[in-house]
Amino acid sequence: MDSLDDYIIEIEGMTFSRGERAIFDNISLRIPQGKVTAIMGPSGTGKTTLLKLIGGQIRPDSGCIRVEGLDIPKLNRGELFEIRSRMGMLFQSGALFSDLSVFENVAFPLRVHTQLPEDMIRDLVFMKLQSVGLRGAVELMPSELSGGMARRVALARAIALDPDILMYDEPFTGQDPIAMGVLVKLIKTLNKTLGHTSIVVSHDIQETLSIADYIYLVADGHVVAQGTTQELLAETSPKVKQFMQGLPDGPVPFHFDAPDYLQDMLGGEQ
Amino acid sequence: MIDQLQALGFTGLNKLAALGRSFIMLFHSLCYFPNPRVGFPLLIKQLHFVGVLSLIIIVVSGLFIGMVLSLQGYTILVDYGSEQAVGQMVALSLVRELSPVVAGLLFAGRAGSALTAEIGLMKATEQLSSMEMIGVDPLRRIVAPRFWAGFISLPLLSMIFSVVGIWGGLLVGVDWLGIYEGSFWANMQAAVDFRIDVLNGIIKAIVFGYVVTWIAVFQGYDCIPTSEGISQATTKTVVYSSLSILGVDFLLTALMFGDL
Amino acid sequence: MRMRTIELGVGAFIFAGFLALVVLIVNVSGLTLSTNEEGYRIYARFENIGGLTVRSKVTISGVAIGKVTNITIDPDALKALVEMEIEPQYDYLTLDSSAAILTAGLLGEKYIGISVGADEEMMADGDEIEDTQSALVLEELIGKFLFNKVNE
Repeated sequence: MDSLDDYIIEIEGMTFSRGERAIFDNISLRIPQGKVTAIMGPSGTGKTTLLKLIGGQIRPDSGCIRVEGLDIPKLNRGELFEIRSRMGMLFQSGALFSDLSVFENVAFPLRVHTQLPEDMIRDLVFMKLQSVGLRGAVELMPSELSGGMARRVALARAIALDPDILMYDEPFTGQDPIAMGVLVKLIKTLNKTLGHTSIVVSHDIQETLSIADYIYLVADGHVVAQGTTQELLAETSPKVKQFMQGLPDGPVPFHFDAPDYLQDMLGGEQ
Repeated sequence: MIDQLQALGFTGLNKLAALGRSFIMLFHSLCYFPNPRVGFPLLIKQLHFVGVLSLIIIVVSGLFIGMVLSLQGYTILVDYGSEQAVGQMVALSLVRELSPVVAGLLFAGRAGSALTAEIGLMKATEQLSSMEMIGVDPLRRIVAPRFWAGFISLPLLSMIFSVVGIWGGLLVGVDWLGIYEGSFWANMQAAVDFRIDVLNGIIKAIVFGYVVTWIAVFQGYDCIPTSEGISQATTKTVVYSSLSILGVDFLLTALMFGDL
Repeated sequence: MRMRTIELGVGAFIFAGFLALVVLIVNVSGLTLSTNEEGYRIYARFENIGGLTVRSKVTISGVAIGKVTNITIDPDALKALVEMEIEPQYDYLTLDSSAAILTAGLLGEKYIGISVGADEEMMADGDEIEDTQSALVLEELIGKFLFNKVNE
């Protein structure tokens, strides 16, 4: 890492639980500015929840989340909406507004946050759509797009306001190899050309490793490992190894917690 | 025993929390009356969705209910030689009770369930979250216009229901059964009072519009964002709003006509 | 354009709604502006008002000229005191008018019928009709009839 001042998001001692279950237990991590940071981990470890916490959609039980120096949980509604205009988020399903056309979807944040004249909005929308290669789909409705295309339109919408931070929630899940390749390339080039900070939440190891500058591995509410791609691949702890190499059994057991198998089979009727 | 008591407490607390959330939502969305620039097109769209599209079912059922009332009333009243009172009976029962209640029930089934499903689907496909992340309050953009649309539509629908129903009653009573048209109208006008009957009926419709849209929008907004959750929420909307309409109707009737 | 048809539909819908309101007001409730005018109040005491209620109509020769606005009991005479509001254009009720509680048909509603007398002076706000005739109560009538039969 270059220097300590370059962290755009700092999370310190943050705890968040849903009902009885602690999703994050006193977790701390820092996201460097202008880089692609990946947050990886098995399903159900609350990676999406982490993005929602950063976006202020939910509040942690304790601890602080600082984005550009502002403590998110302490902001009021107005300030929160203000800072969100500097964040972009790409949702797993794309989350395009189904009653608006592709054009209106991309124009939406521009219309809300700026007072630009109509022809300027039009130019901006075409620029953003060009950068994801979908300028030709401008007239279509979201229901007419394929999954990969919808995600690219959503990406165009997320970068419409040139945000400082762009968060990707499982961008690769359920995509065919071509769409996946396109997305990987897009995340990389957009990050380079626009100079924003990217946070990628994913469990697709190959794709994520190929673009991430720094990786956090999260499991059971803790950061299990962190480092660059090489450092993580060199890690020897069994938990990290199991995840990085995709082994079926290991510290994360194949079997869900259950009483002893033999006893269960013999016990029968109890 | 203790477990059941705990379960009861748990359910009670959950319901209470949901009620609290719904009040917060109501408060927030009522604060946003659609502003002319952005909000009006949204409101118009929703008025079309909940109002205009409910018109056919309202008109058809209003017509038939008026006709049936007239026919039933005639067969009973003709025994007492007072079949002229059919007009009065049809008009009073429609204006006071049937229009707001039946229009409300139909509205809950037609528009309420659609509202719940639509908002629920938006939640399930993360459209609400993404709107929040773009920095737009979904309460303002999604919920408030629907709220106001429902609130405006039902009284209008209820009045249309009344008029169509009375026309249906006239059709059967006068054109078919041969009641003298003059006494049909005269009896009706003598019996129906604007303030006591018509205005109270409209007040009922306004309250029902409120109740139905509130329940529908809240169920959608608060549903579990899965396909199962949405279908559950839709069912809940229809059941809860139908029951609330009937319950609130009794309450309002007691207040308005019961000399309390 | 699509938005245009939507706007047209909504416009027509709102128009239809308000048209319905007008129909309800004018045709169904027969509301006329004159009802807003204050009439004058007169009183009458009855032995028995039968089923007379507030909002029952007051008529001359069967034509409605006003309505009952209040019914109380006069504690001194122990009679029902009925307050009626008469519309202002009917200002020719003489002081010796009589009031009777009548029934519309055999089972119909009760209303007050006023017969105008021959006095020179007209009734004004607060005056009382002295000559009253109570409601016919069917049970009493039948009771009397049977009693007479037994006596015969």
